[in-house]
Amino acid sequence: MGDYTSEELQSIFIMQSFSGLSLFSVLLLMGLGLALIFGQMGVINMAHGEFMALGAYTVYFCSHLTDSYAPTFGPYYFIFAILLAFFICALLGALVEWAMIRHLYHRPLDTLLATWGLSLILQQTYRSTFGAREVTPTLPEWLMGSYNIKEGLDIPINGMFVLGLSIVVTIALITFMYRSSFGLRLRATVQNRKMSAAVGINTAKVDRLAFSLGCGIAGIAGAAFTTIGSTGPDSGSRYIVDAFLVVVAGGTASLLGCLASAFGIAQAQSILEFFLEGTKGKVATLLVIVIALMIRPQGLFPSKVRGH
Amino acid sequence: MNIDHPNVLEVEDLGVSFDGFKAVDGFNFYLAQNHVHVIIGPNGAGKTTVLDLICGKTLATAGSIKFKGKELRGSREYRIVRAGIGRKFQNPSIYENLTVFENLELSHPTGRGVIGCLMFRRTASIKQQCEDVAAQIGLSDRLDTEAGILSHGQKQWLEIGMLLMQDPEIIMLDEPVAGMSVRERTQTATLIRKISKDRSVIVIEHDMEFVREIADRVTVMHLGKILAEGSMEKVSNDPKVIEVYIGH
Amino acid sequence: MQLLFKTLFKTRGEALAFGGFLLLLLVILPLALPVFRLNLVGKYLTFGFVAVGLVLLWGRCGILSLGQGVFFGLGGYCMAMFLKLEASDPITTAIQSTPGIPDFMDWNQLTKLPLFWEPFKSLPFTIFAVFILPAAVAFIIGWAMFRRRVGGVYFAIITQSLALIFSLGIDGNQGFTGGRNGITDLRTLCGWDIRSENAQYILYFACVVLLFTVAMGAKYIINTRLGRVLVAIRDREDRVRFSGYDVAMIRAFIFSFAAMISGLGGALFVLQVGFMSPSIIGIVPSIEMVIFTAVGGRLSVLGAILGCLIVNFGKTTFSEAYPDLWLYLMGGTFISVVMFFPNGLAGLIEKIPTSKENYQALFARFKKTASTPPTQKSTPITDEH
Repeated sequence: MGDYTSEELQSIFIMQSFSGLSLFSVLLLMGLGLALIFGQMGVINMAHGEFMALGAYTVYFCSHLTDSYAPTFGPYYFIFAILLAFFICALLGALVEWAMIRHLYHRPLDTLLATWGLSLILQQTYRSTFGAREVTPTLPEWLMGSYNIKEGLDIPINGMFVLGLSIVVTIALITFMYRSSFGLRLRATVQNRKMSAAVGINTAKVDRLAFSLGCGIAGIAGAAFTTIGSTGPDSGSRYIVDAFLVVVAGGTASLLGCLASAFGIAQAQSILEFFLEGTKGKVATLLVIVIALMIRPQGLFPSKVRGH
Repeated sequence: MNIDHPNVLEVEDLGVSFDGFKAVDGFNFYLAQNHVHVIIGPNGAGKTTVLDLICGKTLATAGSIKFKGKELRGSREYRIVRAGIGRKFQNPSIYENLTVFENLELSHPTGRGVIGCLMFRRTASIKQQCEDVAAQIGLSDRLDTEAGILSHGQKQWLEIGMLLMQDPEIIMLDEPVAGMSVRERTQTATLIRKISKDRSVIVIEHDMEFVREIADRVTVMHLGKILAEGSMEKVSNDPKVIEVYIGH
Repeated sequence: MQLLFKTLFKTRGEALAFGGFLLLLLVILPLALPVFRLNLVGKYLTFGFVAVGLVLLWGRCGILSLGQGVFFGLGGYCMAMFLKLEASDPITTAIQSTPGIPDFMDWNQLTKLPLFWEPFKSLPFTIFAVFILPAAVAFIIGWAMFRRRVGGVYFAIITQSLALIFSLGIDGNQGFTGGRNGITDLRTLCGWDIRSENAQYILYFACVVLLFTVAMGAKYIINTRLGRVLVAIRDREDRVRFSGYDVAMIRAFIFSFAAMISGLGGALFVLQVGFMSPSIIGIVPSIEMVIFTAVGGRLSVLGAILGCLIVNFGKTTFSEAYPDLWLYLMGGTFISVVMFFPNGLAGLIEKIPTSKENYQALFARFKKTASTPPTQKSTPITDEH
């Protein structure tokens, strides 16, 4: 770090923190969906990254349609595209749960492998449909550019938007979990599945909705992703390990933990990436998390349910 | 302390709390040699937790557990087992897809390390021991049966048999007669009386008739603490005990 | 001898299957295939080492590691380092600015051999490292995690992260590891040209013999008390613990053993293929090795090896002809194996019905097999102290 003045270092830290915030937003949205599914069903969805990519491709598709048929709609399409990304992913999620996941109940490891098989199929589908090259949707004007705070310090608007989006989704999810009757049923099922079934909760339906909701949020993550990077068939798989670690390091099932660990991982990665060339920043971050998890496997915020 | 029946297990001031909730608190318990000591109490009194603490499944947050004068608190489960304390779970916990014989053989204490497992040979004496235990638990004619298809009561006995294979000095049984028929209960009572000739037994049970049949001594727990202790006669006439049982 | 035979093979059919397989690999394939194809079979067989480890670890003991590529890679890199040093003698590398060090180091402005490369000048040390390094790394990781009751999905995720870290770490340190291109251009083993046709035959036979030895070792473990304890741990962990077994130690041992044989596989891979690169050990290859095992049969040693051959053979032929369809096929195969045939090909072969009644019985049991697999714990941390 010797070559930088303290002023430059400060600006670098602030700018890298902001680029970290974009990564944080994507990781948080990915992590929330994964944590929801993992907490509910004890299932890890290896195809979660592909759901994210589906969200991103949905935005691209909408952008393409808008450009070709309704260019005047350009400034507004993005908002609709986000909603569409959510619904398409949620729908596919429900389908996958119905066709696959529910049959593998009580076999978490097999579910993990089966969803990996699914991710292969989805990736190839994207490749055949959209091509192997990375695509970028035309972003509306208002998302472009950056906000100049002072000389040498620019805060990109798309980053701010993504951050805002992820905060809105997080608040919505928490409200949904703790204020709606479905959220109540979902939390009841997590705590005691047998009892919930006995008091008349349709646990199969709760499972499907939870899985579908988690996938929908991955779709939003994908939509958010399009504003900060271009989308390729394997875009999702590049984020999946980070997203897993966010969930595990946060202490599974804990939304607060998910928030904290997504923030920590994203910030560490983007600040280290500036100073260490290439992939070393990522390697260092991942290594620290994995070693921390070996020492404290319950994560940051373990669930406080008695073991037996 | 009784000269004929010295204490093998001395639990003093034992306590555990889960996030501030004291599941067991200030628990004192002395197990005399060759005694059957029954712990009773309403649901949620902390009976199973006491067993979990003794066998190391849950770590105590206070107190001491001394087995023949040696402190066990903080030891890992397998060390406690190897020291000579066996434990049966509430629901029968056996290897369903192995035969009765294999279930018993796997519980034999020779070769429990990695190398020991690789070198293990089914010798005539091990075979004999398995057959002897099978006779004790009334499963002599089921040795080659897959354990999963045994009746519920037979599974319970098999698990007791697996403990006997370890030849422990203390056996802890968590509700051994739950779900058994009347006839099976009587047989289990006889079995417990028989095995306590050579070792001490701790039993958790709800069935008062059964407790009366087997108990040398009874401890009554309520809300994580000891309410009363003594012979079955004594505790069943204790007004505090009566209140807890009738009050609930 | 007879006792050993009885320990290894439970039935005559099993012994015959192994014999037939050995006949195929040692006699029929070498006679029928040109050396180029045979070399390819040899390469597939090196994945068999990993698959045998996974049978013990995953099939028998219920621990799914998605990071076996790390150990395959450790063994492979050890071997590759030795071969690279031999290929980089000062005369051959005279045109470099620093002769006598591997070419990629020279390209990355290194002027001196890094210290950790030094011991790999010695063949005995390299062979020692091929076995011990993967085993030791696995033991440390396993011991740390199994003692804390980490298992199931957690273990899978953490080992997968390790595969990512390892491959990215090698990728990012080009000067020390060869980076993304890997360690290439390996020529001789103690002066013996490993690229000659003759050497490829010999290495192929060595690979088959070693794989067979490892397979017998695994069968021995499965059929002794250790094998029964592994299954017992998978199905009833607590009972095993309260029968006085040190469950964490047994798991760490089996993880370490699986890593060791994977390392051997990696070393043989390098000898036969002539290079090592991070693309062979990352997330995707690691999980592919699980696929080979699943397709062949996670409970069966022979099945898992066959799985490696069949899937890889399929991959080579199919992805040449229809590259677009290959991933669909692979994904589809994997989903259906996991959902409908959890015991893979070996499980199907064992169940081949001999009469009409058996067919009906098979269909009646079909649903049951698909829904009652080995129980695996979803919560790895059973108690928090």
